Amino acid sequence: MEAFADWFRWLYEVTGINLTYFYDPFDRARMLRGLLLTLWMAGVTIALSIVVGLIGAWLQGSRFRWLRLAVDGFISLFRNTPPLVQIYFFYFGLGYMLPRVPDVSSGQLEPLLSNVQWAIVSLSLFAGAFNIEIFRSGIEAVSRSTVEAAESLGFSRWQTYRDVVLPLAIRTCLPALSNNLVNLIKTTNLAYAIAVPELMYAAKQIWADTTNVPEMMITVLVIYVAIATLFAWGMTRLERWLKVPGFGTGA
Amino acid sequence: MRSVTHALGAPIVLLKHVCKRFGDVEVLKDISLEVAKGETICIIGPSGSGKSTILRCINGLVPVTSGSIKVDGVEVNDPKLDTLALRRKVGIVFQQYNLFPHKTALQNVMMAPVTVLKQDKAEVEARALKLLDKVRLAGKESSYPGELSGGQQQRVAIARSLAMNPLLMLFDEVTAALDPETKKEVLVTIRELAAEGMTCILVTHEMSFAREVADHVYFTDAGVIVEHGAPDEILQHPKEPRTRAFLEQVL
Repeated sequence: MEAFADWFRWLYEVTGINLTYFYDPFDRARMLRGLLLTLWMAGVTIALSIVVGLIGAWLQGSRFRWLRLAVDGFISLFRNTPPLVQIYFFYFGLGYMLPRVPDVSSGQLEPLLSNVQWAIVSLSLFAGAFNIEIFRSGIEAVSRSTVEAAESLGFSRWQTYRDVVLPLAIRTCLPALSNNLVNLIKTTNLAYAIAVPELMYAAKQIWADTTNVPEMMITVLVIYVAIATLFAWGMTRLERWLKVPGFGTGA
Repeated sequence: MRSVTHALGAPIVLLKHVCKRFGDVEVLKDISLEVAKGETICIIGPSGSGKSTILRCINGLVPVTSGSIKVDGVEVNDPKLDTLALRRKVGIVFQQYNLFPHKTALQNVMMAPVTVLKQDKAEVEARALKLLDKVRLAGKESSYPGELSGGQQQRVAIARSLAMNPLLMLFDEVTAALDPETKKEVLVTIRELAAEGMTCILVTHEMSFAREVADHVYFTDAGVIVEHGAPDEILQHPKEPRTRAFLEQVL
């Protein structure tokens, strides 16, 4: 381990390429915390945005007009405004309008949600709005006659949705979903704007101290490419795993 | 002759003055017919004459506008109708098979009894295997619909309906999408069912098959029953000019 750090120190001395996070424990810890926070936000927002998408798509099929209108309004709002504006709106706008609550340990008044939590809420709704449309397109692609077959066998609306519509819809919309979620992973870095110490934020802190901007920027790029590639690879695996012989594009 | 069959017992299906309109279009005008237990009836007629709608009304997929439909003594035209109970009694097979494409042949047959009737999985599986064997699909249990021919898919669909132990089977132009060879496989299966005493209502364009298998034939045109009677009467010696014109075209 020491030899490893020494080598990067030597690399810096000889070439001027300064990768501090390989030999400096403090920078390494900052960078690692940033990376973990980015991964954590990505994971949580992916899960929540899928939940938002599923609920929204279900409500869009509702009998009540006002419910459908509400979902449409939600989609327009989140699809037609920049995600940075949304994060600012939640953190600065909504965050300051909400009451403050006493902290459990110190008793001091604290905001209801932290900046990380606001970022997660905001990004989940943002990506969720797109997911609703993606799931809806998948649901609409399930043929009416297949649904009718389920109904005529006595399936309830919920059983039909769970056992027939959803499994088919997900297979149809997986490529589009995968696209949107890769986008979401990248968009988590907008949380930077409300001082969430994610990957980009950590990198900037380091280069502010060491002025190794190109090295840190390249590092950030490489890490994002790695995360997104890994995720896309996983989604492709999932697609292949869900593949049904003779159904869909592979027919 | 016919009244003898009808006197065998209370009719299992009884339609009285059934009318159905979709918007301004009157699809069924005053349809009355009855089917006794164990009887096989065929409904023939030109496209758009309302044949399929009659079947869809009988299992409650389409609500009627006025009139009465009784299945096994239960009124279908009743807002408080227990649709699940009705659909357990009535199996329907569609022109386009409408199998669940993401499930194997065996799973297709097992799904409704397990999900809807909450029957024991092992028991259902044993029964499903027997049914697939009965429709001559032993060995195809783990094939997906996309891997089966049209005739094979249609026989899976028949087995799927039979798995619910229905009192009555409806066949909606089940051979219309099949080539002559695979058509035969399906017709053999239906003939066996009818011979075993299953009550069957068939909408069909197969005149020779209707003649062979039906106890009673109904000719419909423009939403009314033009004439009905024994297959030989209707198909060989039709009284109504409309029936004659239709038969001349198809034979």
